[in-house]
Amino acid sequence: MNELIVKNGFVFDPLQGIKGDRMDIGIKDGKFVETSALGNPKVIDAAGKTVMAGGVDIHSHVVGPKVNVGRLFRPEDKLFKSPLKRGNRMEMGFSVPSTFKTGYDYARMGYVFVNEAAMPPLHSPHVHEEIRDTPIIDNAAMPVFGNNWFTLEYLKNNEIENNAAYTAWLLRATRGFAIKVVNPGGTEAWGWGLNCESIHDPVPYFDITPAKIVTGLIETNEHLGLPHSVHLHCNNLGNPGNYTDTLDSLKLAEGYTAKNNFGREQVLHITHIQFDSYGGDSWRTFESKAEEIMDYVNAHDNITVDIGQVTLDETTTMTADGPFEHSLRGLNNLKWANTDVELETAAGVVPYVYSPNIRVCTIQWAVGLELALFAKDPMRTFISTDHPNAGPFFRYPRVIKWLMSREARDTTMKTFKWLERTIDATSIDGIDRELTLYEIAQMTRAGPAKALGISNTYGGLVPGMDANVAIYALNPEDMPSDPEMIEKAFSQCAYLIKDGVVAVQNGEVVAEPAKRTVWVDVKVPDNAQVQRDIYEHFLRHYSVGVENYKLFDEHVHNPRAIEVDATQ
Amino acid sequence: MVKKIENVGCPFCGVCCDDLVVTVSDDGKKILEVENACVIGSTVFHRAMSERHTLPRLRQPDGTYKEISYDEAIDYAARVLHNAKKPLIYGFGSTNCEGMAAAAKVAEKAGAVIDNCASICHGSSFLAIFDNGYPSCTLGEVKNRADVIVYWGANPAHAHPRHMSRYSIFPRGFFTGKGHTGRKIVVIDPRHTDTAQMADIHLQVKQGHDYDLFNAFRTVARGHDIPAEVAGVKREDIIEVVDIMKKARFGTIFYGMGLCHSDGRNHNVDIAISLTRDLNDFTKWTIMAMRGHYNITGPGVVWSWQYGFPYCLDLTKRDIAHMNPGETSSVDLAMREEVDAFFNVGTDAAAHFPIEPVKRLRKHPWITVDPHPNMATEISDLHIPVGIVGVEVPGIVYRMDNVPVQYRNVIDPPEGVPSDEELFERIYERLCELEAEDAAKAPAKAVPEGIRAGE
Repeated sequence: MNELIVKNGFVFDPLQGIKGDRMDIGIKDGKFVETSALGNPKVIDAAGKTVMAGGVDIHSHVVGPKVNVGRLFRPEDKLFKSPLKRGNRMEMGFSVPSTFKTGYDYARMGYVFVNEAAMPPLHSPHVHEEIRDTPIIDNAAMPVFGNNWFTLEYLKNNEIENNAAYTAWLLRATRGFAIKVVNPGGTEAWGWGLNCESIHDPVPYFDITPAKIVTGLIETNEHLGLPHSVHLHCNNLGNPGNYTDTLDSLKLAEGYTAKNNFGREQVLHITHIQFDSYGGDSWRTFESKAEEIMDYVNAHDNITVDIGQVTLDETTTMTADGPFEHSLRGLNNLKWANTDVELETAAGVVPYVYSPNIRVCTIQWAVGLELALFAKDPMRTFISTDHPNAGPFFRYPRVIKWLMSREARDTTMKTFKWLERTIDATSIDGIDRELTLYEIAQMTRAGPAKALGISNTYGGLVPGMDANVAIYALNPEDMPSDPEMIEKAFSQCAYLIKDGVVAVQNGEVVAEPAKRTVWVDVKVPDNAQVQRDIYEHFLRHYSVGVENYKLFDEHVHNPRAIEVDATQ
Repeated sequence: MVKKIENVGCPFCGVCCDDLVVTVSDDGKKILEVENACVIGSTVFHRAMSERHTLPRLRQPDGTYKEISYDEAIDYAARVLHNAKKPLIYGFGSTNCEGMAAAAKVAEKAGAVIDNCASICHGSSFLAIFDNGYPSCTLGEVKNRADVIVYWGANPAHAHPRHMSRYSIFPRGFFTGKGHTGRKIVVIDPRHTDTAQMADIHLQVKQGHDYDLFNAFRTVARGHDIPAEVAGVKREDIIEVVDIMKKARFGTIFYGMGLCHSDGRNHNVDIAISLTRDLNDFTKWTIMAMRGHYNITGPGVVWSWQYGFPYCLDLTKRDIAHMNPGETSSVDLAMREEVDAFFNVGTDAAAHFPIEPVKRLRKHPWITVDPHPNMATEISDLHIPVGIVGVEVPGIVYRMDNVPVQYRNVIDPPEGVPSDEELFERIYERLCELEAEDAAKAPAKAVPEGIRAGE
């Protein structure tokens, strides 16, 4: 009998509304139980420490082909930047760590679930091979739909049911988790070296607008009742003055409400919204429009966002937004990798240095923090760095420090070369808000888990849920005066318990409990039309056969299927 | 009743055809017919049943081979790795990714150098990619969109027999309904190859002067003047081809060993990538290496996610991986006599390496892991036969465009013969046992405390 009790910690569990009460948490056979159900448990003393559920990351590029291109083509990302081996396997890389380092580092921060942000469906076997080699953390992966030819054709003709049947088929074929949309239409246009710069810019040949792709996918998602909502990377990302396009994208969700059995309330998740919240008409006049964006988000309950915080590191940008990476290449003139994927998507990879000496970078830094600090509902605003685009994921503790401490923000801002111009272009200097541990728990566990539709398993400490607990050496009644201690505590958790097994102790990995692949299995009515379309496209246009495209069962590592019945 | 197995992947070249139909006998033991494959591909299947060994063979003092059990062979292999100061594990062009991942685990445990055939093939492409990136696409994109195809220093008519019909010149794709009549084909090669025979334009570049010609292309593309003749090609011809390239809707440069192994090497590939970058200011262009074996792309992919480097990985420091081709590449290590044990896995180093490094490697234990006898097995100390990937063992392989393809098996391996993955997992276990025995015998070695590198 595997029993544990976490005693006397200050517990923060937003799913149950527990705000730092001193409580005991019972664990039996990998699940939370009432402490009264325990016989003779092993005791973990959490007195004077903060106890939260295991962290949940809603958006991070950790496994798959473009991540691996980032690893492959940047040997310099390893040189003098990799720690010496401490655990079972070597841990190589900085901005794009190896799979082993990824798993270990997430565990050290107290995270247990990471949602891979973009899976090109054709490459799904690759994604699942890397998931197998990413230890400890559970993974899900979102296939990209926003430039998929099937999707474009169905939605152009308003065939939501057909699109839903295709979506269900693709989620099964790739063991995918949710509908990811990256620069809808624009990435298909990139097949010809073009782009869709606004949501009303029609896609070449397919003659459908990005706006219609997004609304069609929202309808598809709610028709199926998937756990997660449409997960959108907006058009015109990363450019000065794009906040109006972002507001246009946000408005597409108006009038839709969530229909699902997973407790999810939003119909649209906008990811790394920091990159979408810019004013000005050129890099010279570049400024923050975080307040305008968050005013809209705060007023609309059917939207969630993650921030995509710039961490001021040298990093590697990678996105399915092919045209964006091409324009970034023009901006910094560094090496550029690109892969267009037949019928589905594209991806680009370019190294990038976010320097405190560059005005645009420090404004971007401020924008991300403003978004989180202007948030009225931390259950709808999540911490991310769009790893590795705005910075590596292991900087989350630093982001938390900035959000929890005005002093930490001021210390960082003092290093800026263009401090005054950064302050002029943003409102960061006028914000005194410091987030609480409860709000951090909302932004890093409870909120993302709810938005992903997995809050019955992850993100909380409710009896019956998976026993994932992170314990941090922070006493909420006696918070350290030095903000650096906050970063340290969140970087190296005192304990991580994953599925009832102590995986990390004092910031070191001590065990590697089995990890899972989480995917969504949707049942839909038989659809002969869609079956015929799939047959035709694979016969004529794909370069692999459909029977080899669908992931073989043997290549899915330790699967956990979330079942959805959409036959009614 | 014979059984027809469809959607079979072909374990020969980097084209990774996955449309083979293989007929096997009633008892599932014999391959009777292979449809859709080229002649080389079909030979791989037919050859599966001949020249096979079902037990490992150990070299005897009199020079002959004697069959031993797999347990004995695994023990021998583990001991060789355990006792060597700097073993080299090389090959992997012809096995699956599962085997590569397991071999890397062994290499990390043993403190070995692990390298793949790119080391003597497209390794120079990696060097260029490190410097300049890689604007590429999947082969289906070429089929559906490309109206201009350039083969530069490549001869797919012989090396990748179905490349032109499946992906590049002939197929009718979504936006390319006219097939080859809607495409312009340019072949740049010093020889008039059978591929050049297919071309609309063949530029006969002077051997070893590819870099000059690329330079001329870039100069013309940017609107500058060039001399009357560059690299043996006339100015008008260069201007004509550059004009075709700039007016393409979607173009792809396929390049082969003619670039990465003639004078200039990685610099040739580097400037090819620069040309592709330049052309993207006008229209859409992509570039792709014509990778040779069906899964030689695999080790670059697998070891990148495991260690961050595609080839020439020095894991001998045991706590950090290091890559520096020239220093940690197989042939150079062999020439400097730095390695004291050699594993040849899923390739034939005896046939592919220059003779000098082979001689020097041969001074130390040499173990070959391969389904068939080849030149390497004939000079090995130990030959461990394994199942043939794509014929007897399923698994994931990576096509030349980095697309993963799931391979099947059509027959079972001979009884008792493991896959590469099983073999390396068993060597790993034995290696762990040997380490534990050592640790029990001797006082514990002082292991330096792990420290975090300064960030």
